[in-house]
Amino acid sequence: MPLSYVLVLAALLFSIGVYGVLARQHAVLVLLSIELMLNAVNINLIAFSAWLQDTGVPGQVFALFIIAVAAAEVGVGLALVILIYRNRRNVDVEGLSLMKW
Amino acid sequence: MEAAWQEGLFFVFATVITVSAIGVVTARNVIHAALFLVATLIGAACIYILMFAEFVAWAQVLVYVGAIVVLMLFGLMLTRAPIGKYGEYDNDQKGLAAIVAAAVFGVTAWVLIDSFEGVELPTDRVAATTSKDVGEAIFSSYVLPFELVSVLLLAALVGAVVIARRDERVTSRTIDAARREKAREEDV
Amino acid sequence: MIDWIKQLPGNVIDFIGPEIIIATAKVVLVFGVLLVTTLLVIWFERRVIADMQARVGPNRWGPFGLFQTLADGIKLFFKEDFRPAAADRWTFVIAPVMAMVPAFLAFAVVPLGDHVVIAGHRVDLVMSDLNIGILYFLAVGSLGVYGVVLAGWASGSKYPLIGSIRSTAQMISYEIALGLSLVPIALVAGSLSTVDIVAAQAGTYDNIVLFGRDLNFLEGIIPHWFIVQQWPAFLIFLVAGIAETNRAPFDLPEAETELVAGYHTEYSGIRFAMFFLGEYVHVVAISAMAATLFFGGWHGWNPAFPAAIDWLRWIVPIFWFTIKTVAFVYLFVWLRATLPRLRYDRLMWVGWKRLIPGALVWIVVTAVLNSDPEEVPTSARLWVMAVVFAILLAWVWRGDPRLTALEPWRKKEVTRGTA
Repeated sequence: MPLSYVLVLAALLFSIGVYGVLARQHAVLVLLSIELMLNAVNINLIAFSAWLQDTGVPGQVFALFIIAVAAAEVGVGLALVILIYRNRRNVDVEGLSLMKW
Repeated sequence: MEAAWQEGLFFVFATVITVSAIGVVTARNVIHAALFLVATLIGAACIYILMFAEFVAWAQVLVYVGAIVVLMLFGLMLTRAPIGKYGEYDNDQKGLAAIVAAAVFGVTAWVLIDSFEGVELPTDRVAATTSKDVGEAIFSSYVLPFELVSVLLLAALVGAVVIARRDERVTSRTIDAARREKAREEDV
Repeated sequence: MIDWIKQLPGNVIDFIGPEIIIATAKVVLVFGVLLVTTLLVIWFERRVIADMQARVGPNRWGPFGLFQTLADGIKLFFKEDFRPAAADRWTFVIAPVMAMVPAFLAFAVVPLGDHVVIAGHRVDLVMSDLNIGILYFLAVGSLGVYGVVLAGWASGSKYPLIGSIRSTAQMISYEIALGLSLVPIALVAGSLSTVDIVAAQAGTYDNIVLFGRDLNFLEGIIPHWFIVQQWPAFLIFLVAGIAETNRAPFDLPEAETELVAGYHTEYSGIRFAMFFLGEYVHVVAISAMAATLFFGGWHGWNPAFPAAIDWLRWIVPIFWFTIKTVAFVYLFVWLRATLPRLRYDRLMWVGWKRLIPGALVWIVVTAVLNSDPEEVPTSARLWVMAVVFAILLAWVWRGDPRLTALEPWRKKEVTRGTA
């Protein structure tokens, strides 16, 4: 199987994530789209790791790191979303223009 | 594994991933979007297994599907996800976003196909890539990034608790409430 | 003719390919046996609880009432499949499936016995020996939460939603403790594969020295099961495992005195049966895993067989495995009959402030005790143990908020705040 199949799949997933981040206004949905983008990166890393198997497993190791970072990101992100909900009664990112000049 | 099998399974999973990823960004119900994300993540885990990375695949199911998305669902329910209601969650720059996403896909896909033309993935495990090897790599060559990630997780944990807890002393709202109460007492 | 019949299995196997046949046969067999086991376990639970409460229990249909569950199942199957108007259509349909399937999947890595030789092919009595067996078990177990969450949300009604929000927090919290309690096992066995872990528990302890005294008389009696060395990990695993299955005393998601029936209030008929099935398969799965990881799996006393029936030897490991699993199922039932339900804040307190720190401390202790004495000097070990001991003391001394919160001066401090 050509390596480029997997890479194109990852690129597709990433672009769908980009679309989601730009077009959604519910904060949690934006977070979900970011997860899509992170997964595209993971697929890339694993594909390269499978291709360069003789050089060890750095691809897999960094995929694990990305999973851990995603967990941290969601933890803080959801805490922020809940706080915003508590103060504003909705979580639309459009409405968060308080700090704009 | 035979090459035909590998390729066929890859296309099955790729279809699942693509369809459900589009579902994530177009669903008109937040919980459905999260469920589509689950399908995407499990499809990605299957691709990892095809690429001989079982440990990462199951770690993905355990952490992503089992914890992160469940947390998302939890957050959605705490912020009152409308049951059975279908709202409009898109903003008015949908068309522009689609153009940008298509451009990103076009450029990256073109670059990737151009630079990795003719590279074939191995159809079998040719070197040691089991959980043991991943563990050895993490705790020898990558021990510093590992420690950094653990510090990051700790910071995120503390940060999330500090941000989300309903502490009487911290938020401005409670200060305002206390001021109001004090003013009321003075009025009386 | 007889020769042809004798060779038939071999011929068929060669035609389709032995791997595919063996794998399919294993899957079908385990699935069928699990379904029957579930029926038996439900009957078993009702009879045992009835006995503990000085009742008779189901005894009408079949010998000892054995077919009662079957009758209940048929009734549920033919009931109207009712869906509330406010329910979210697809999620409502998916939720019971999501509750049932992961429970079955967990059995893929449980070694049920040693191996059999059928028509010259060695068949290991485990569906799949993954090199990440424990991780697989945890990952599949963590999927079970979806059934509960989605059922609660999709029902479109208050009580299920409250039940499901409770259970999400509960299951995520206890999953951490469950995962951490299995880390020492992986450390001691040196592998994540369940087959390797069972293999590491073969034999008995010889050369037992306690406080410088040689206990010769115990030699060859105590089996080399991980429960002997890893009993704190086992206690954490057991408590977290019960909480994972949402059973008494951790059955807050369906607390019937406050939430009607919790997350499956709005379910009826075959969909309710799926939740029921999922819960009992989950109980059997946790029991089987406890037997595998801590009680030597299929290892046990192996009697000498006469040569004529020596080919039946493979039954003995399966027998021991079944006995151990049933013992744990009995424990689950016993707990349900004995213990009252925990209060919700107490439940979270036990999970986060006792089980998780306890599991972490135990990981450190195990790592220190099992390190190579050549590489790690004794002074370093003593230091680590001293730090662990200090943490333990501080942890116990920190005390029980249930008691301290009642002290009036503290209560004032907590509720008033200083705005």
